[in-house]
Amino acid sequence: MGYKQFDEADLKFLQSVIQQDDRILYEGINEEYSHDELSGTSSYPDVVVKPISTEEIAAIMSYAYEHEIPVTPRGAGTGLVGSSVAVEHGIMLDTCLMNQVLELDEENLTITVEPGVLLMELAAFVEEHDLFYPPDPGEKSATIGGNISTNAGGMRAVKYGVTRDYVRGLEVVLPNGEVAEFGGKVVKNSSGYALKDLMVGSEGTLGIITKAILKLLPLPKKAISLLIPFPSLELAIGTVPKIVKSKAIPTAIEFMQREVIIDAEQYLGKKFPDSQSDAYLLLKFDGNSTEEIEETYDAVAKLCLAEGAMDVLISDTEEREDSIWKGRGAFLEAIKGSTTYMDEVDMVVPRSCVNEMVEYLHALQQDARIRIKSFGHAGDGNLHAYMLRDELSQEEFEKRMLYAMDKVYAKADELGGQVSGEHGIGFAKKPYLKNSLDPVVMTLMSGIKKAFDPKNILNPHKVFQD
Amino acid sequence: MNILVCIKQVPASSKVEVDPITGVLKRDGADSKMNPYDLYALESALRLREVHGGTISVISMGPPQAKAVIREAFAMGADQGALLSDRNFGGADVLATSYTISQGIRKLGEFDLILCGKQTTDGDTAQVGPEVSEYLDIPSVSNVIKIEKVEDDGITVQMDLPNELEIAKVYYPCLLSVDKDIFQPRLPSYVRKTETKEREIPIYTLEDMGDKNKTHYGLNGSPTQVKRIFPPAVNDHREAWHGTAEELTGKLYDKISELKFI
Repeated sequence: MGYKQFDEADLKFLQSVIQQDDRILYEGINEEYSHDELSGTSSYPDVVVKPISTEEIAAIMSYAYEHEIPVTPRGAGTGLVGSSVAVEHGIMLDTCLMNQVLELDEENLTITVEPGVLLMELAAFVEEHDLFYPPDPGEKSATIGGNISTNAGGMRAVKYGVTRDYVRGLEVVLPNGEVAEFGGKVVKNSSGYALKDLMVGSEGTLGIITKAILKLLPLPKKAISLLIPFPSLELAIGTVPKIVKSKAIPTAIEFMQREVIIDAEQYLGKKFPDSQSDAYLLLKFDGNSTEEIEETYDAVAKLCLAEGAMDVLISDTEEREDSIWKGRGAFLEAIKGSTTYMDEVDMVVPRSCVNEMVEYLHALQQDARIRIKSFGHAGDGNLHAYMLRDELSQEEFEKRMLYAMDKVYAKADELGGQVSGEHGIGFAKKPYLKNSLDPVVMTLMSGIKKAFDPKNILNPHKVFQD
Repeated sequence: MNILVCIKQVPASSKVEVDPITGVLKRDGADSKMNPYDLYALESALRLREVHGGTISVISMGPPQAKAVIREAFAMGADQGALLSDRNFGGADVLATSYTISQGIRKLGEFDLILCGKQTTDGDTAQVGPEVSEYLDIPSVSNVIKIEKVEDDGITVQMDLPNELEIAKVYYPCLLSVDKDIFQPRLPSYVRKTETKEREIPIYTLEDMGDKNKTHYGLNGSPTQVKRIFPPAVNDHREAWHGTAEELTGKLYDKISELKFI
């Protein structure tokens, strides 16, 4: 593909739009802009621009479109599959300075934000107003723009759904520089194709999100978690479908193993509140009073004990919640710290198959001769498995990892699952998506991309493109 | 070893609301919990019992609903507990509270070791523990951050003083106020909670105290009165330093030494 090589004239144009030297990085681009948090995909953009308005982005896109310069949007760079890596170099648009909360509309229960607002900032802001933005991915320093672009899920999906369920409207700069609005503050919308939903999860390939209207809920007054030790992982995971079937709706059902907990303790320098077991389920319930929640969880607690749980530990205060969930939130970083290099699988399977998948992963370690650590959202079927290099040579690691990955994705497919639950496809998972989706579906995706971006300048080589 | 842990029920939220007119803490309808510092004291007791055996009792003072924190202590593993509750105890300041608790402890039994949290999150005085020990005429050590050694006749602990760490052996019976993070407190167990649901919690009133003189308790026994309560100013103290890399490194080293990070 013949893209125009970025040159001094292009830089001059960017300078005329941006007019602040410190918002353009040309020489000495930080190393961090060449990769994201995990994928091993590495490539430098020619220039990094930090816009602060829709108008700036529109002007840049219009110019890039005319001159056929590739553009890669980027938030906090916390992605795991290379979506925000400038594979074709060109211009990188870092949206982190567009980090204003524009409006909190308490009559419509919506908040309008710029894409660079961090998830943790958004959560804290709305909670101050007794409101609640439910999506809760582990990575709290991700931007909301990034969360929308991957349709991030997180730890409350069992009860509340994923990012897509909370996006009401988007302002988007299209690849040709035009500005479009999709959706709005409305609760219902049957007005033509749901382009807003198409944008969610499009990983920066269709347009650049410059504003998002998000749906909020009233903040539940109280949350209680149950940390449930089981004598074995099999017993723990085997209980999950029974919990789902019991019709109690926790906000989260997570599973975790002692090894990962120990890594998290070391990473955080803080002890986890329990260490009696090798395998745990972690359930969270929310509601408006302690009594109401106790009534809900009682049946689940009894069910778990009947299924062989060693105990059911109750976390009912801020301090206790912190001691558990801070640990849980640090798992990814902790595992990363426990090895030399790793790659990940983020597949999602029907919830009834979670136990089968977890057991498969466990057994695969021997077959593939590679250490695999997993934890995840047992309640929604989204499993994160990390393949660790440890002391292997890079070459040997890749050989074993690719073998293991092929196996895992094939198994997920067999169980009726999908390649990615929440991290996206980006650059790293393209071959697996291609294997898993029907060619008819791939053709449709390609047509959609063409309709938005006929010159293919926006984040090329991502998701399904070769 | 007979261990007693003093615990208190406090408002669950750290966001304390103060009535702007009366200047009194709003507690109506607010959720409550065990004082977080007391969890460290209770956890210390549980760890000691795991290794050295013995029994753990808990005592609390408050309205009848404060029984909830004693139940919670049972769910964490305490063996028995009592609540000091009487209208005559109401309105007590630090001195009267400490006196009431010391009387309650005398009623409850004899203990080798009494553990308290360093302070409460609602009163924040950090004085009740040491004052109880005065009334009981036993030694006390505050700001305990580590238990070094347990012997038949006493316990060696590390305390966090303003400018240094001090290690001292203190003989039984004694009282320790433990600082946070001495141990990570365990979570209450649903199984234990169910098992101890019917366990009796005696309520001690003025009638049960050795000293039945009303004027020693509650508002009557309090030489100090609270005039006004207000939330402390938010501390967002920050320091910005300028200088060469060498200067800043030295400064940073001094600062983190001062903060005892190294």
